[in-house]
Amino acid sequence: MPPFAASDISRPVGRPSVDWADLALKAALPALAMLAALLIGAVMLLLLKTNPFVAYGTMISGVFGSVSGITQSLVKATPLMLVGLGICIAFRASVINIGAEGQMIAGALMATWFSLTFRAWPGWLLLPTTLVMGFLAGAAWGAIPGMLKARLAVNEILSTVMMNAIAAQLMNLLIRGLLMDRAGIAAGTYLAQSERLPEQVWLPRLVPQTMLHAGTIIAVVLAVAVYLFLWRTTIGYRIRAVGHNPDAARYAGIPVPLYQALSLTLAGGFAGLAGVMEVIGVHHRLLEGITGGYGFSGIVAALFGGLHPLGLIPASWLFGSLLVGADMMQRAMQVPSALVSTLLGLVVLFVVGSSLLSRRWALRRMITVSKPRDVEP
Amino acid sequence: MMRILSLPVMIGILTSAIRLATPYLYAAVGEAISQTSGVVNLGVDGIMLTGAYAAFFIALNTNSLWLGMLAAAIVGLLMGLLMAAISVTLKAEQGISGIGLYMFGLGLSSLLFKVTIGTVKTIVGFRPVKIPLLGDIPVIGEIAFRQSIPVYGAFLLVPLAWWFLEKTTWGMRIKAVGQNPAAADSLGVSVDRVRYFSVCLGAVLAGLAGASLSLALVNLFQENLTAGQGFIAVALVYFGGWRPLGIMGGALLFSTVNAFQLWMQVLGVRIPSDVAVMLPYLLTIAALAVTVNRGRQPAALNKPFERGEN
Repeated sequence: MPPFAASDISRPVGRPSVDWADLALKAALPALAMLAALLIGAVMLLLLKTNPFVAYGTMISGVFGSVSGITQSLVKATPLMLVGLGICIAFRASVINIGAEGQMIAGALMATWFSLTFRAWPGWLLLPTTLVMGFLAGAAWGAIPGMLKARLAVNEILSTVMMNAIAAQLMNLLIRGLLMDRAGIAAGTYLAQSERLPEQVWLPRLVPQTMLHAGTIIAVVLAVAVYLFLWRTTIGYRIRAVGHNPDAARYAGIPVPLYQALSLTLAGGFAGLAGVMEVIGVHHRLLEGITGGYGFSGIVAALFGGLHPLGLIPASWLFGSLLVGADMMQRAMQVPSALVSTLLGLVVLFVVGSSLLSRRWALRRMITVSKPRDVEP
Repeated sequence: MMRILSLPVMIGILTSAIRLATPYLYAAVGEAISQTSGVVNLGVDGIMLTGAYAAFFIALNTNSLWLGMLAAAIVGLLMGLLMAAISVTLKAEQGISGIGLYMFGLGLSSLLFKVTIGTVKTIVGFRPVKIPLLGDIPVIGEIAFRQSIPVYGAFLLVPLAWWFLEKTTWGMRIKAVGQNPAAADSLGVSVDRVRYFSVCLGAVLAGLAGASLSLALVNLFQENLTAGQGFIAVALVYFGGWRPLGIMGGALLFSTVNAFQLWMQVLGVRIPSDVAVMLPYLLTIAALAVTVNRGRQPAALNKPFERGEN
């Protein structure tokens, strides 16, 4: 049985047909998991001597009550979506990518260096090349554990965690060295940040006076593209076949390790793109902590979206809102933001924990539904 | 370079190496027991963090280091029960549930630290205890026999774990469940119960690993104190081929590299500290790549057991 039994998420083989009852079921379990986590959060808030109703009220009104709240949620949803897309692709091939943090850093470092080095280029050339280079940098950071897994059967969870630590140190080194803002050195402040990037590489802002940038649209388009890639192309089909049943895939002549390495490389590319967007869309320079923990929360978003590129779109928006709400709660009520990371961990545990229920449910449905349907091969 | 090779510096490096191996040993031996039963617990780092926090908080408020260790063991047990409930009873994908447990532990320990302690404080941790006679041996006595009690405990754990896994009925059951759960089940061994026990035992040791860090090695607690040591511990299990002795070798290799790196910085050798900090992680990847004894991997590793399947 492949990890997390991809079978209960969707039928990976053949053309998908919309099964609304099935879809409702898949949406209901994560929602229940979220509810359970929020209930535990309420208990924690009580222990912190904070009224949970007031705290959650602050969160909701903070997120949905203003233009800045709504746009800020979408700003945070963008890297979550991009990271999550990578997680989905890897997971479909039974590869677990914990390395999104490092891959984001690789993308962000590349975007910063590339756009500063070629600052003389016009925007129509510099912007797309920066995006591509950032994607490639992240992909390279994902390809290393991918190849180690394919060639030497190195556990990808461990190697990607190590790659995160290495990327973090690399960033520390470069942000205080090669990429450090010369103005900061001249002024003697030595801020750990890069120079401001040339304006022609900045992503256009969608709403004036907010941080919402065109990257959000790119991310949604890419989510649809990844869906089409996985369900409508041969390579995508093979990736899913490898994840669904590696032995069967091997007998069918699919080089399993190659496709696993490929999926991890693609996952790295999307995470790298998330790093690029943070640099050229939000901050316009490289800062410390540029990843904002999205490499981990992106995993939660992906799980919540049922590891499906289209499910990921609402899931990342929801988690973006949650992160913004947590910021608001922290500012207004002095609740440490660590509360939210605790709850995110619980959401992961509850979502994976409920997969058995959904599997049993799906099985029962398959037995009881009388009309013939496309049963898995 | 000559100064690094002088005898006092060498003794210093090796003494630190033995000290620094402690958390790796507790955590990795515990993880080996859990994995021998077929459950990969990737949440070790999260358990270590909650254990380190609990130990520090209790020790700070009761002035008893031993109560601190006990608290870490209890917290580890609770985290182990959570992991076992999700990965054994609910048969969830183990890699992801481990990451969930890690995020939960990281968040919870940071949250509690901010609320109950607030700023970084230090305490007087376990002091070195000189073992009579052995501690008087020149050089070796200085390196190995003037350490603190949790350090001795970690090294005693290695033969103890070997004896437990190889020579006791419970050890045999754990191995059977990890190799062929269906066969063990048909012989009347409760797969779930053995896995619960192994995961919880591993988690208690992970909690103690955290406590050894906050009470015997650095004597403080801060957010993300472990900085990924739990993940390195999991890697050491693969590196050591699921054998306590192999794990000890790996842990010592790691801690020696780390001690060397720390001493180089103390001695002012001019290499960027970021590169030096990278070393253990690069070494982990290299170690995983060259590990050849994958044949010893428990056959049912990472596979939830359901009666009537397979």
